[in-house]
Amino acid sequence: MPHASIARQITDYANRADPYPVYEELRRTPVLHEEEGGPYLISSYYDIKALLHDPRISSDAANVAAAGGDELDRTEETGGLPPSFLRLDPPEHDRLRRIANSAFGPPHRPRRIENMRGEMREIVTGLIDAFGDARQVDLVDQFAYPFPVTVICRLLGVPREDEPRFRAWVDPLVASLDPAAGPDRDTDAQKAAREARMQLGMYLAGLVEERTREPRDDLLSDLAAGRGPDGSLSMMEVLSTSVLLLIAGHETTVNLITNGMLTLLRHPEILQRLREDPGLSVNIVEELLRYEPPVQLVPQRTCIADIEVRGVTIPKGSRIWLVLAAGNRDPERFKDPQRFDPDRGDIQHLGFGSGIHSCFGAPLARLEAQIALSELARRLEGPRLVEDPPPYRRNAVLRGPRHLGVAFDGLR
Amino acid sequence: MVADYVEWLRREGRIVIVGASLAGLRAAETLRAEGFAGELTLVGDEPHEPYDRPPLSKAVLLGKASPHHTELPHRREIDAKWRLGVAATGLDLTAKRVRLADGDEVEYDRLLIATGVRARPWPKEEEARLDGVCLLRTREDAADLYRRLRAGPRRVFVIGAGFAGSEVASACREMNLPVTVAERAGAPLVGALGGVVGAVAADLQTENGVDLRTHVTVTALVGDAVGRVRAVHLSDESVVEADVVVVSLGSLRNTEWLTGSGLGAGPRGIACDAGCRAFDFRGIVTDDVFVAGDVARSPHALFGYQFLSLEHWGNAVAQAETAAHNMICHGADRRPHLWMPAFWSSMFGVNIKSVGVPPMGEQLMITQGSLAERRFVGVYGYQGRVVAAVSFDNTRWLEFYRGQIERGAPFPVEYPTVDRRPEGRRPVPAGFPDPSLPTHGPMVTLSGYSPADQQLVFHPARH
Repeated sequence: MPHASIARQITDYANRADPYPVYEELRRTPVLHEEEGGPYLISSYYDIKALLHDPRISSDAANVAAAGGDELDRTEETGGLPPSFLRLDPPEHDRLRRIANSAFGPPHRPRRIENMRGEMREIVTGLIDAFGDARQVDLVDQFAYPFPVTVICRLLGVPREDEPRFRAWVDPLVASLDPAAGPDRDTDAQKAAREARMQLGMYLAGLVEERTREPRDDLLSDLAAGRGPDGSLSMMEVLSTSVLLLIAGHETTVNLITNGMLTLLRHPEILQRLREDPGLSVNIVEELLRYEPPVQLVPQRTCIADIEVRGVTIPKGSRIWLVLAAGNRDPERFKDPQRFDPDRGDIQHLGFGSGIHSCFGAPLARLEAQIALSELARRLEGPRLVEDPPPYRRNAVLRGPRHLGVAFDGLR
Repeated sequence: MVADYVEWLRREGRIVIVGASLAGLRAAETLRAEGFAGELTLVGDEPHEPYDRPPLSKAVLLGKASPHHTELPHRREIDAKWRLGVAATGLDLTAKRVRLADGDEVEYDRLLIATGVRARPWPKEEEARLDGVCLLRTREDAADLYRRLRAGPRRVFVIGAGFAGSEVASACREMNLPVTVAERAGAPLVGALGGVVGAVAADLQTENGVDLRTHVTVTALVGDAVGRVRAVHLSDESVVEADVVVVSLGSLRNTEWLTGSGLGAGPRGIACDAGCRAFDFRGIVTDDVFVAGDVARSPHALFGYQFLSLEHWGNAVAQAETAAHNMICHGADRRPHLWMPAFWSSMFGVNIKSVGVPPMGEQLMITQGSLAERRFVGVYGYQGRVVAAVSFDNTRWLEFYRGQIERGAPFPVEYPTVDRRPEGRRPVPAGFPDPSLPTHGPMVTLSGYSPADQQLVFHPARH
């Protein structure tokens, strides 16, 4: 009986709750090419690491499209905006990312993220307080989703009173990112997404104009101002960068927090340790990024030259999937890789990628997840899973539970 | 017998480490981590516990870090006897004794030499003694220079545009101090990175307001009546008034204390094999004397087995760990030190990083980015192989080129890369100066094939 290709097993929703056996099988053929015109799947840690630093690999959306598009990537409907730096090669990528970074982190804004620590803690406290007398919550809808959205709004400089309006546009957009939402899915959702993107774009454009006239201490003001030797971004570039930061800035964090709580509830002894020592959250979050990475694979790469990996020649123009989640559990790199172990000395995971496209928002995501998990551990009395495994989102790339029912005995 | 000796050594032997800096500390930690339970002594001529030097020419000069707080973090307890503030003055290989400046002697069963390098002083002693003439190597040097820069001198004069000199110039400009840099070669960093990249560094300096003078040497430092430096005379007969002069002429290996000991030690360092064991002057390897860090010269398989001297932070750590491991294990468990040379620097807001051995390169190709934009990756080739790469504000790609060097990938680089510009399609001569001329700061020195090489001038195997 012919069995489904591994690429299809990865996308198959039936494997969403536990894709790791498929990845283990995948690693047996470190460079896997299953069908003519299909992608080359790379699954070993060292190969992925090497290709993330390889200047013969392109992230340019145009190159990916020329290579025949990608079944995991049909959702990058840009709604008239130019591609964001995620989908560009140097030198355009470098210029946009440098300008974005000058608004976000060191050396220009070294304390922007760190300074949000207090605010993040307040948001988390508010969300947990709002559980009220309930003894069971959906951790996704009531916590893991609203927390990073609120944070990214504040960071960008979306006025607090606009947050509900803003959320109403972001929700359908995020829903449309699901690769299962292809042409065969209801067109209402697609229409809603397009409409939402347009509305969001117009709203952001209005904000950017305001900030250009009257700058404040927020990311949009800095993006609009564009100080420094690289000059400024065009209005369209400001918008595509903001939308990228907005979407990437929370979709993955939702999954990191949810995967994190799920994993901790499956490892109660570690949850207990975190409760006693919030400092452990640093290592826990790193190990989570290895063990349950929110971005499972990077599908949007093509090679612009023939390259050889482990004796296999990948011809110029081929699509490449870098399966980060498989590399993260590669026994060639990590001892006892299937074990969740925040005490391992050396957690150099691929969770944030590596190379020039390594996660832009990593410092933000780390801090959010650390605060979220340590506060949940501290405040929930006797937390337990309602359902294991929980129901998952359809998305195979940005993988995480759609709902996470957690029951508990009370709040501290 | 031999096995018994190693077991005995691990249990109750005496190990002496001469040199209490980065390499010495990391070696001591590795010895303990790998189970050495005997007596451990660290000898250092500076009065401080080991501290980190890279910040001294960067953050410390800008007042962003204190020169007195760059101690190296201890990875573990090392339970050692510290002999700080006392230099080693001699070595008796037969009696296995290290002589100290205070007349004391320390006996060892195994010895690690990690005495490093010191700043090359201004050769005219009287001029070097003028107030305001500075070196930059130690914590005290950095504290003194910081104090002088803070006082707002009319002009700072830097002799030598290697990495250290260029970093000092960068700090001066960041503090808005007028600075003149004099360089014998045609551009800064030429010894380390060649003339093509040096030209970029030159533009970087002049655009940032440095008064850069190339193809000149300093002929005299002139003081005032009370012995403060006042002016610098140059070989083009010009005179520059300055109240701070930073002598940045590279380094000297601390090997004089070994003169007459019989070890293969000289101005180029102490020759050792890939396992970090020192050679004696006859080219015979010793078995109880090991070497690590800046003072070592060791053969490297990737670079034709020539002896390499590396003044690199990462090399000091890796070589110390390997030396320590090899000191207390059986022959078959020993590891070779095959570190990929790598160093970094930052100046005028640009991050510079290199892997491999650029001075070995005959040709250079800009495979990504552009020299004019000062954001690029340059790849060095030697006889059809990739031997090094350098990046300006493009660090994240270097890991790829490191892999290319390791596998001896072909040069020129013919495959396309993202951001390849028309200027990067063809290789150009890398523009290194004649290697028989001493330069002040190549950071990586190829020093030929002879372990007993004690000459200062050498002729590399290049036709």
